[in-house]
Amino acid sequence: MRPAEIKRPPIWECGVAALVTVVISVIYLAAYIPHTPNTILPIVLLALGTALIVAQLVLIGSLDNFARRDFHTVSGYALAAYIVIGGMIEYVFVKNHTRGIELGLLTWGLALFVIDVPLILSFSVARYQAAS
Amino acid sequence: MSATTAADHAPHHEPPPFDRTTIQIVPRAGLPFAAAAVVGLIVAIATNSFWAIDFFHVVGGGAWTTLDLFLGFVLGPIIGRMSIPARVEFSARFMPKLVLLIPTLVTMTLGSGFQLAHNLGYLDSAYPRHGWVVASFIVVGIMAVIAIGYLEPANIAVLYELKKPQPDGELIAKLMKRFLYTAGITGAMQIATLVIMTRLAT
Repeated sequence: MRPAEIKRPPIWECGVAALVTVVISVIYLAAYIPHTPNTILPIVLLALGTALIVAQLVLIGSLDNFARRDFHTVSGYALAAYIVIGGMIEYVFVKNHTRGIELGLLTWGLALFVIDVPLILSFSVARYQAAS
Repeated sequence: MSATTAADHAPHHEPPPFDRTTIQIVPRAGLPFAAAAVVGLIVAIATNSFWAIDFFHVVGGGAWTTLDLFLGFVLGPIIGRMSIPARVEFSARFMPKLVLLIPTLVTMTLGSGFQLAHNLGYLDSAYPRHGWVVASFIVVGIMAVIAIGYLEPANIAVLYELKKPQPDGELIAKLMKRFLYTAGITGAMQIATLVIMTRLAT
């Protein structure tokens, strides 16, 4: 059986859903600057995003017949790149005097973004590779 | 008697056959340029130079928008009609450039754009056209999900496959189709970005 034909659990779907929760919460927070919006919605969304990323990691850890070496190669490079991108965005928030709960929630969202994107990219590549 | 030209007698210098297994998924030669762009952006924001921030936003946004539109509506349909060997060779040469170029342009545009909007007071929810600013956040958010969830993984997976001595042609065709469709969708969304940006600037 080709690696592409192996049925996988919804790891990619969890990653994209987590990305959607992060994007919605960041847009919601940014739309109210400089005021503080009701933080219940972004907290719920970011908690959901965190749970989805944890689910991704657990599902990836439980996979059999999976190209882990390719997964680690791609995720390492992607993580390095997205730490730079995430750091750049965080720098802009801090530079613009974003403080308190808004900065905490935006940083939480950015951290999820920096972890989630390498997971999506590396799983999307490794799922089509033969396990070594 | 047939006429001959100088070109007929000129020696043919065929380029050596392209070895796609040697491609670099992230072209190392481009990394210093990407790093220079990011450092320049950091300096622009740190010094709060209005011209430099505006420069990064206009240049980055213009290049990103043009590239997306060109890829989605001009190059994409052409690639879709190429023969399989031609498509493979073109993709192996072209797609590594995108792996480096697109994230650099996106970082330049969004980093400088947020700072520019802040300096001009556009981020303040009291700004009369704040709705257009929020609309731009939403468009960028949707584009980010499409690009990160579909387009970029397809791009990297195709390059990974192309590096193999015996690539899976069926898989490459499937991923390329996904890449070209999503490039078309992000191209269409760039039109919305153009409308929003011109509304804000006039």
